[in-house]
Amino acid sequence: MQAFQLHTGRVAPLNRANVDTDQIIPKQFLKRIERSGYGQFLFYDWRYLADGKPDPSFILNHPRYAGASVLVAGRNFGCGSSREHAPWALQDYGFRAIIAPSFADIFATNCTKNGLLPVVLSDPEVAKLLLNASQFEGYFVTVDLEKREVRDQSGFLAHFEIDDFKRKFLLEGLDDIGLTLQHEPDITAYERGRKTFATPAST
Amino acid sequence: MSRPRTLFEKIWDDHVVCQPAGEPALLYIDLHLVHEVTSPQAFEGLRLAGRRVRRPDLTFATVDHNVPTLAAERSIIRDPIAAQQVNALRRNCRDFGVPLFDIDSAEQGIVHVIGPELGLTRPGITLVCGDSHTSTHGAFGALAFGIGTSEVEHVLATQCLRQQRPKTLQVLVRGSLPNGVTAKDLALGIIGSISTDGATGHVIEYAGEAVRALSMEGRMTLCNMSIEAGARAGMVAPDETTFAYLRGRRFAPKGAAWNEAVACWKTLPSDPGAQFDRVVEIDAAALAPAVTWGTSPGMVISVTERVPDPQRFPSEVERSAALRALEYMGLRPGTPIQEVPVNRVFIGSCTNARLEDLRAAARVAKGHKVSSKVIAMVVPGSHAVKQAAEQEKLDQVFREAGFEWRESGCSMCLGMNPDILQPLERCASTSNRNFEGRQGTRGRTHLVSPAMAAAAAIAGHFVDIRSWEYRD
Repeated sequence: MQAFQLHTGRVAPLNRANVDTDQIIPKQFLKRIERSGYGQFLFYDWRYLADGKPDPSFILNHPRYAGASVLVAGRNFGCGSSREHAPWALQDYGFRAIIAPSFADIFATNCTKNGLLPVVLSDPEVAKLLLNASQFEGYFVTVDLEKREVRDQSGFLAHFEIDDFKRKFLLEGLDDIGLTLQHEPDITAYERGRKTFATPAST
Repeated sequence: MSRPRTLFEKIWDDHVVCQPAGEPALLYIDLHLVHEVTSPQAFEGLRLAGRRVRRPDLTFATVDHNVPTLAAERSIIRDPIAAQQVNALRRNCRDFGVPLFDIDSAEQGIVHVIGPELGLTRPGITLVCGDSHTSTHGAFGALAFGIGTSEVEHVLATQCLRQQRPKTLQVLVRGSLPNGVTAKDLALGIIGSISTDGATGHVIEYAGEAVRALSMEGRMTLCNMSIEAGARAGMVAPDETTFAYLRGRRFAPKGAAWNEAVACWKTLPSDPGAQFDRVVEIDAAALAPAVTWGTSPGMVISVTERVPDPQRFPSEVERSAALRALEYMGLRPGTPIQEVPVNRVFIGSCTNARLEDLRAAARVAKGHKVSSKVIAMVVPGSHAVKQAAEQEKLDQVFREAGFEWRESGCSMCLGMNPDILQPLERCASTSNRNFEGRQGTRGRTHLVSPAMAAAAAIAGHFVDIRSWEYRD
């Protein structure tokens, strides 16, 4: 997995709440069996008009946000479907961190499994970042996982919570499955103690 | 005496394999359901790492999301990318020894419909699937939750998941549901009340008289929509209704194991005095048939109400979301929802495509005709549901009324197969999500119960099912 320690990048403001994973990547792009190449489909129905041309009113189509790698959005970002194609698309597009007042549970987990950092900041802090990104062209922030903070060059500083294990996991880019398999003897012991009715009856 | 525990806590405690210092618990997974959309990259990950599926005997796969629902299109899927994904699942199941209920098998169906009907879903187990509506299975008093593809790979390889312990939320539904008000209306009512992220980070236990009175089908509908309130999972404590449903099902315990299982399952309900992190009370008597008006399941009103005025919402975030939703939905504030015409009706999905749902819709349809302005389809949740419905001649009722009668699958709930809305088409749908474009790019979705959907098909607009003229 890709590690995340510190990232400085341009901020794109997506001032909407409840952005669901159907918007992040619509279903017609979930039929592929690959894990890469989804960035071109990110926010497809918002990014493109019916004739296939980019919609100039959508934030990511503004030239000033070209190359943005930090997305700031409203609460409950990533709600709905569990599709991991959503973080794959965000990451493939170039995002390294998403900042919002809250995230849907499955989406947040999917992000951390891929080294895409979901950062929860307070409503006023997110509002400030949204404002800065829309007011100042080329607005950058630094997301520092080691220090658990988001900062800019003009004095914005916000701390965020993340549990120690998740942080270590991301900082070191650990292999999740490999880590669990270190507990193989525990798993085997557990399985020996299972009641028969906990497993599907043979037919 | 030990501390009183909730249903969730009992299942959680029973499944902790180990709790390494400074790490989340390693939780054992009793049952892993797999479908074609969220699994190919997981199997590929196993291949690349030279890993096997640890417990193919606890893993079951089916095809549901991509499959066409027209009989003539089932054997050869015309969409080459969808066909490739279905074929990938076939190859993966063969290579890794995972049983597959393929498109032509008697067990095929929506993963959340077939798990329960095969008796794979049982009280007290942990169950995961790469699909957010895995919460459905919590209706049996199981801890069931959706996961992403990385976690699918993790479960395939280890039969475990590393999990932070979620918080608990009891939704206590007081009183009983009025006539014409279903589990779907209850689910939408709860989401409307606590909002679409009201249960984020929590596992919901639904309790109270109205929940106890629900059939297993109704409990599944209720738990299914837990994710739409942001919950990690939804659960209902197992009782005689649960045991009666499970007895004799194919993978359910048999003989002495059945008695042992029931004795154990009876110990699962939350102990008196068990503490939840939060409790929300809902007054069942105050609920009415529900219709969503916007692009989030929390944007919901009762069928007697009008499309709301965005200016009346308390916060700027809600006002702008409502404005945007009304524009997308092509609705004007103040319009009575019953005056809103529909052109499509979809009766199906893991929320509302079980036999009881089809019976409710058929009872409304009987002796009536679908409006000439409406295309309506019924998509049974599984092959077994379809067969059972046909034995009761529900297919005839639907066909005579002018509904299309299809083969089973996820279908227009998310439109990964050919069943999609055209731009600006307006659909009364028994599914679970009214997100923008969910049923087809620029399509407009209103979530309702099966009876309300059937009535809308006939009337050509939403109607209050409580005043329906039944002709049975």
